[in-house]
Amino acid sequence: MLTGLIAQLLNGVQYGLLLFLISSGLTLIFGVMGVINLAHGSLFMIGAYLAFAVASATGVFWLALPAAVAGGVVLGALLERVLFRQFRTRPHLDQVLLTFALILLFEEARSALLGNEFHSVPVPSALDFSVPVIGGFGYSAYRLAVLVICLAVAGAMVWLIERTRIGSAIRAAAENTEMLDLLGLDAGRVHTFVFAGGTALAMLAGALAAPLQSVYPGMGDGFLILSFIVVVIGGLGSVAGAFWAALLVGLIDTLGKAYVPQAAGIAVCAMMAAVLLWRPTGLFGRG
Amino acid sequence: MIVASRTGQCVLGGAALAIASMPLWASAWHMQLASTALVGALFALSLQVLVGATGLVSLAQAGFFGLGAYAVQLLGSPPIWVTLPVAVVAAGLAALLIGPLALRTRGFFFLMTTLAFGQMLFFAFHDTPLGGGTDGVFIQRPFLGFAISRTARPAVFLLLNLGVLVAVYAGLCGLMRTMLGHALQGIRSNENRMAALGHDVQRLKLIAFVLAGALAGLAGHMAALTDGFVSPDLLGWHRSAEALLMILLGGIGALHGPILGAFALTAIQEAGTLVTDRPRLVEGVVFLAAVLFLRHGLAGWRR
Repeated sequence: MLTGLIAQLLNGVQYGLLLFLISSGLTLIFGVMGVINLAHGSLFMIGAYLAFAVASATGVFWLALPAAVAGGVVLGALLERVLFRQFRTRPHLDQVLLTFALILLFEEARSALLGNEFHSVPVPSALDFSVPVIGGFGYSAYRLAVLVICLAVAGAMVWLIERTRIGSAIRAAAENTEMLDLLGLDAGRVHTFVFAGGTALAMLAGALAAPLQSVYPGMGDGFLILSFIVVVIGGLGSVAGAFWAALLVGLIDTLGKAYVPQAAGIAVCAMMAAVLLWRPTGLFGRG
Repeated sequence: MIVASRTGQCVLGGAALAIASMPLWASAWHMQLASTALVGALFALSLQVLVGATGLVSLAQAGFFGLGAYAVQLLGSPPIWVTLPVAVVAAGLAALLIGPLALRTRGFFFLMTTLAFGQMLFFAFHDTPLGGGTDGVFIQRPFLGFAISRTARPAVFLLLNLGVLVAVYAGLCGLMRTMLGHALQGIRSNENRMAALGHDVQRLKLIAFVLAGALAGLAGHMAALTDGFVSPDLLGWHRSAEALLMILLGGIGALHGPILGAFALTAIQEAGTLVTDRPRLVEGVVFLAAVLFLRHGLAGWRR
């Protein structure tokens, strides 16, 4: 009973950290560019399929992680330059429809290239064992590795945003885009950087998640909705908010699915409703 | 929000008459296709109350649509004078519950919140045995007051859907001319000004949200009747996005825009399935082209 609870808690934290990778990109892209990207869940799906393709072609799962990041940077930069740049100032309706079109096109491209089957990606053999945690209870080493990698990425993001030059430009852009021009910085480059980074994070999350669950066409949908809830709870544009909200949502969703399967979705929704009643701009959002 | 001119109303009336005459000359398959377009138009029109009239882009609309459809299934198909009001009231009540929460937010926050609430309605039917499970169920259509043979069915439902659409459209035309209609349009053009003029903006928005939800429930009810089948997919947010595309295709600034858009999208989707085996690719390209090039929609073609 207790060991089961510990395993579920660890699962929840690890799921929450994956959610953080996805939602931090979503919240930053909104905060800096003012663009809503419904195709963010599809990017997660593309990352997972890329991991499947790389792992089955080379037999080495670890190559999938740099491939997902590199692929995400290229794809994100391309999307920003070609499409999202001109949609920054367009109405929400147009942004919703543009990104919905992208979802359909991404799904079709995936279907044409890799088919519609369910796939499973084997856990890398080096980590295919369990680590004793408490009282002889074992926990998957790969899941622990995912936990560590996500935490490392979160730490790197905080360092990048708080301590580097591009980070201060991102913070300035989130505050006020005109500020960038006053500071003599190129707003376009900051936007490309943020969008490419957000895309790479979502695809990395997909690649990391591939061995944990099956890889299938609609796998990004659930993650998209949950990361929207994370962004609403955490506050738009707030990376710290996304972090804590992602952990909260990850834990509630995982524990809910384990102990009260029918109510898991409703529980997350009720939490969002409570936050909206209490603080309509999210826990960490500015007024 | 433009209500069609006198000439425009005549054209719409002529189109309605042409559809009403379909049982005389069209095949059952064409009548079913027209019914699909009419239900789509009804659904998009319900969303236009929010998007075009009040300026709120909501992604929860499909949830209310699906509730209306499932009302028929959950009630066990009593006569239509029971199912129709129940579907409308149930969807309206759900909108009344979700609305005050979602309307605490604005802009992107509103989009995300409505998406999340809409998906929760979806999960309520997708993850629980409540509505007959993930794959959907066939339903028995409610009694219409007279016996219909299988061959007469497409024609009967076509005329029923047409009648409902015409009634709702006429009702909304009237609404747009009332104080309430003008107030909603005032919110769309400048919310702060309306607040400064002393209007209770929050309450007006909630009225629009509940009215739109109830009408979406009506559309869902008609969809369940027409197809004789309900599935959780009816509540998925993809359907809300499709309704938004109908509005954009037809023209966001016109009350009749969603009707044009629904017929255009149904035709495009049908052509897509006939020509290729990848209809979603066609739909994606249409979405992209519409959002890139067709800023005023079909209703604003000549502007």
